[in-house]
Amino acid sequence: MSELDRIPVVAEQARDDTQCSPLGLPASVNPILQEIRYALERLIANGEEHRIDLSALPCGPADLERLTELLGTGEVQARVEALGPTLIQETAVPGVWFVDYQDAPARRLVRHIEIALVPQMLRPQPQDLEAAITLLDARCEQETSGSPPQSREA
Amino acid sequence: MAAPTTLGENLRAQGVSRRGFLKLCAATASMLALPPSMVPRIAHALEATRRPSVIWLSFQECTGCTESLTRSQAPTLDELILDLISLDYHHTLQAAAGEAAELARHQAMEANPGQYLVIVDGSIPGPDANPGFSTIAGHSNYDILMETVANAAAVIAVGSCAAFGGLPAADPNPTGARSVMDLVADKPVVNISGCPPIPMVITGVLVHFLTFGRLPELDEYRRPMAFYGQSIHDRCYRRPFYDRGLFANTFEDEGARKGWCLFRLGCKGPTTYNACATAHWNAGTSWPIQSGHPCLGCSEPSFWDGGGFYEPLSVPTTATATTLLAAAAAGAVVGGATTARAKKQTRNLVAERQPVTVEELEKKL
Ligand code: SF4
Repeated sequence: MSELDRIPVVAEQARDDTQCSPLGLPASVNPILQEIRYALERLIANGEEHRIDLSALPCGPADLERLTELLGTGEVQARVEALGPTLIQETAVPGVWFVDYQDAPARRLVRHIEIALVPQMLRPQPQDLEAAITLLDARCEQETSGSPPQSREA
Repeated sequence: MAAPTTLGENLRAQGVSRRGFLKLCAATASMLALPPSMVPRIAHALEATRRPSVIWLSFQECTGCTESLTRSQAPTLDELILDLISLDYHHTLQAAAGEAAELARHQAMEANPGQYLVIVDGSIPGPDANPGFSTIAGHSNYDILMETVANAAAVIAVGSCAAFGGLPAADPNPTGARSVMDLVADKPVVNISGCPPIPMVITGVLVHFLTFGRLPELDEYRRPMAFYGQSIHDRCYRRPFYDRGLFANTFEDEGARKGWCLFRLGCKGPTTYNACATAHWNAGTSWPIQSGHPCLGCSEPSFWDGGGFYEPLSVPTTATATTLLAAAAAGAVVGGATTARAKKQTRNLVAERQPVTVEELEKKL
């Protein structure tokens, strides 16, 4: 809403001298980094995945910006279209991903940090995978019978 | 094709893919303040759950609560979640009218004894009040409420009128209006207060019930902690101005223009518990304080009697003795052994209930 933009409120910087962690980061960011580090150890050791709900954390926009900056940008970007877009961005740290779930008008629903080899949203869902061979056969049959293959429905 | 029976089948039939469903579950877990590790459990439970029967009763109300839920912009998660229930009776929304409508309610009660949910909006003239103040098909609100909740699994009081009495119960309370929890003692009752309540909270409670088979953790007023656990003030983006003593003193002064704290303009945020600051209104566009208006405290008991809306807060608003009942533990769904008895009880209640008579109206006026 353009009217709202005219309210001259400046986002407060959460960072000040008393709130800084030993790493020089906002106090709220340090525990998230520790959680990511611990989750990475478990992912490497036994493949265990982990997710952090960023909307549930007491972080201001400035804190999240610092966290995003620190984790950097990796090589993979993906977009899933299912009930609106989900934007997936690999960070510069392998195995650490930002997953931004949005609704149909592209408003953010929730943003996760996912520590996994491949984010869950990108993988086929197990029940869909079970039906994969039947689906392939049906598509081949349609092809041989001359009718164009249907795009995959839910 | 046979009618879908589970929520998963219902969603598939609507073209919602499993990835879409996963997203719905991720957003739901976040809104219920559950850890993201619960997402697979929510997905699994919702996939396999049968659509529950819901009976929605409207009593002394303005229909704002129904508007809140149904006027959200399409397609929203709230709507999708609402598709997960079988809304068998809602006299504002249903096509059936008159006897056919009442028949639908009785059929839903008989077909799902001990398993259906009752949603109530509006307050109820209590058992001692003139029953003629509010009737449906000639029967008093009180009789209809008691008959309908008798075999319900749980009751969800939607809006401040159902939760605390609301506007009808404001001084001098001419209709003897009472809240649902004042009247329903033997069923789990959850209050979703607000005038109107946030749609996402209504759907969040439904999802929690469907996923875990019980109501979510409640506060002392039986409101879900996930949404009412923190005050508006604690989550308000104007809070840094409050902390620094920077206040708007009028709606036109420099403080108002600069977006400073609205405490001196009567903001009830410090004593009000609700999720407006995070959930926002009108498809996430804004919320009262972001629009420059102080919080009225509409989700708190007796907010209509809490003094002027624009008077700065001096004393916290509190509940009346009758509304402050001890929060009952959320009950489990009534088991199969009681089903037959429950069915019989429903029939008896319906048979025994008498319409309000002219003599009764005259006597108690
Ligand atoms: S505007 Fe209201 S809720 Fe926000 S900081 Fe001021 S008093 Fe608290």
